[in-house]
Amino acid sequence: MTAFDVWGERKKVEAFDPMTAIERKEGCVVIHADRRDEDGRLIHYKVLNQLVRQIMLEGERHIVLDGVMGHRYIASTANRKDLYLEIHGTPGNNLGAFLDGPTIEVYGNAQDLTGNTMNSGKIIVHGNAWDVTGLAARGGTLLIKGNTGYRVGIHMKEYGGTKPAMVIGGTSKDYLGEYMAGGTIVVLNQGGQIDRSPVGMHLGAGIHGGRIFIRGKVEKHQLGPGAVMNQVSGEDAPELEALISQFEQTFNTRVPRDWESWVRISPASSRPFSGHYDPTSV
Amino acid sequence: MVQHTSSKRRMELEAPDRFRPVVDHELCRKCKKCVSECSFRALEFVDGTVKSIGGCVACGRCINICPVQCIEVRQIQSMFPPHANFNEHVRRGIMSQATTGGVLLTSCGTDIPYPVMFDELLLDAAQVTNPAIDPLRETVETATFVGGRKGMLEVKENGRLYMEKDPGPMVAMDMPIMIGHISLGSVSYNAQKALFAAAKELNILAGSGEGGLHKDFNVYSQNVVSEVASGRFGVTGEYLKRTAAVEIKIGQGAKPGHGGHLPGEKVSALISQTRMIPLGTDALSPYPHHDIYSIEDLQQLISVVKEATEYKVPIGVKIAAVHNVGAIASGIVRAGADFITIDGFRGGTGSTPRIIRDHVGLPIEVAISVVDQRLTKEGLRNRVTVFAGGSIRSSADMIKAIALGADAVMVCTAALVAMGCRVCQQCHRGVCSWGIATQREELVSRLDPEVGAARVVRLFRSWNEELKEILGAMGIDSVESLVGNRDRLRYFGPNSKIAEIMGVKHVGEGWG
Repeated sequence: MTAFDVWGERKKVEAFDPMTAIERKEGCVVIHADRRDEDGRLIHYKVLNQLVRQIMLEGERHIVLDGVMGHRYIASTANRKDLYLEIHGTPGNNLGAFLDGPTIEVYGNAQDLTGNTMNSGKIIVHGNAWDVTGLAARGGTLLIKGNTGYRVGIHMKEYGGTKPAMVIGGTSKDYLGEYMAGGTIVVLNQGGQIDRSPVGMHLGAGIHGGRIFIRGKVEKHQLGPGAVMNQVSGEDAPELEALISQFEQTFNTRVPRDWESWVRISPASSRPFSGHYDPTSV
Repeated sequence: MVQHTSSKRRMELEAPDRFRPVVDHELCRKCKKCVSECSFRALEFVDGTVKSIGGCVACGRCINICPVQCIEVRQIQSMFPPHANFNEHVRRGIMSQATTGGVLLTSCGTDIPYPVMFDELLLDAAQVTNPAIDPLRETVETATFVGGRKGMLEVKENGRLYMEKDPGPMVAMDMPIMIGHISLGSVSYNAQKALFAAAKELNILAGSGEGGLHKDFNVYSQNVVSEVASGRFGVTGEYLKRTAAVEIKIGQGAKPGHGGHLPGEKVSALISQTRMIPLGTDALSPYPHHDIYSIEDLQQLISVVKEATEYKVPIGVKIAAVHNVGAIASGIVRAGADFITIDGFRGGTGSTPRIIRDHVGLPIEVAISVVDQRLTKEGLRNRVTVFAGGSIRSSADMIKAIALGADAVMVCTAALVAMGCRVCQQCHRGVCSWGIATQREELVSRLDPEVGAARVVRLFRSWNEELKEILGAMGIDSVESLVGNRDRLRYFGPNSKIAEIMGVKHVGEGWG
């Protein structure tokens, strides 16, 4: 019988020796996240994340998480530039939150909030990444092979030399790039029909910086307030080409360069609220 | 030097000025200092005399700067025909909106004369049956601990004390005061530096506000509560890890349900660097956190911040006091917050739509009491530290807030007033003549951070002494014993229903 306190936090999470989940191999350290204790419970996320932190501190450059089953908050604030974190299974929400440097590669699907407020680094998902992916990211790259859910790329922003980028292989749903203040989102619509829209409604609502490139059809009514739609131009080519070829190399695939089927969504203004307010204090 | 325009044209239908600086020309030395110091450009030197040319907001800078004190600011007795319902405030709002067609902006806390329940509460004192304490001779403890208090002491059969659970991270403050979240952006570099320096000197906490922590202020990080707001400006792993505590901002008393909006004019090089956004763009904090649509989502953000800080600092949540505050606070505690900050509707701001500032939220007095009662009833009160803010104007308000159920108070406007602010409600215009709510270098330099810090230190030390005087008079030797001690309050106002809701007896009612 598992003991819960008022809000479901499990008590006594360190019921078994978590060190037994670690397997040291030539060139990498494997953490078996599917280890269970004597009561059949999975390793708690707190324990798993503590193990990852500990091995990161040891200076290990290649960490493999095996059998991940919805463990949340993996590698939050990890900041080693040379760290490569390989995840097999399904990581839980908030994978790589506040990430600053490492590369995370997920062989499976990611859940919500992947790359929340990430600063730099790279997250590769060989599957789908769902709602709120890349929230408020200000740097780094997110490469998603499959589809994404709702409210993806919200309030991404760029500053100085850092500029976040997200490439989505398949489709995305409503509110893509809402409040966007910088960075680039690319939707490739792979496997979809070119005359069908790969994005939902309220696209780029309140966008005041950055740009969204979409391969496929976008109707005007899909645009949110503050967003304008144009054809992709020659100026966009180098950036798009760089991101697409990165995607192609990572997932070993080909993306057609049928630019006439692409659109570019950008902000109407970097000052969306100018004129909205009356500053005369009365 | 502030550039002046020679004349101001006023449209026929615009509202007239409310204030006018009047110069005593017999005393005036014509040094023109007032003209150059007026950042609202209300004075001009023409034909050998200083003249008022309109636009005065009564910030009082000219009065204090004049070497011969020959300026006074008069309130212009309005020409509005008297009408109690369509009062001047209402009519001015209509005139302004008819001219600009915009949402009326304002700043500071609401200036509408709603009843203040703090002023309707009287404190108790010890007489005969319990002795008063002289705080000058005896120790009256005002140290306050911020954190989750998750541990539970048990007395075992052998008489030993046993702690079942790790109490979690705690931060000690020397007095139950926290300087609230005043961001760099809403106030100047010098103003934030003064507040942080004061917090360090006093050994209390000060909020960073949304917008990150400037690298120069890392020396104060052990006294800073970093803020994670919906815009996530300046939020990095480093920022979260180096401060004393982290606060997730859901809402603010002056603008519940409204996001932040720092206009591009205020996004200077310094602000751009700290917030990590491009120069001159609007810094928009979305209205909600887009990852929080429920208590369960909030629990996730709390948990990820706890993971990010490796469980080494307390994590709190700030909410505006709204009608269902008790239930929301209960959810926040259950979501794992170590402290809760409740901000009443009279709280200040650097910029807010007037419609929200003046008409939305709950008075903090009621909110604290409701939250304290609800958490106590549900057996959760011991798990969190409760901060209360939203117009804590004096030590009396602070003491009453604690007696109503807060562990400590959050103070902003009073600290700014100590540094020169006159509460003229023009912060959103970015031309604060006292160098506080501005990013213009020539204005920022008017505020000496050392002088400002020293004044804030003196203010809060005196409040702490006053707290000790009151505690002593009540016969209480530690401020912790006053927390939620509503029995030591009596309501002395017109509405006994309010007293009932606050859980305070009416004046004249004894112990029972």
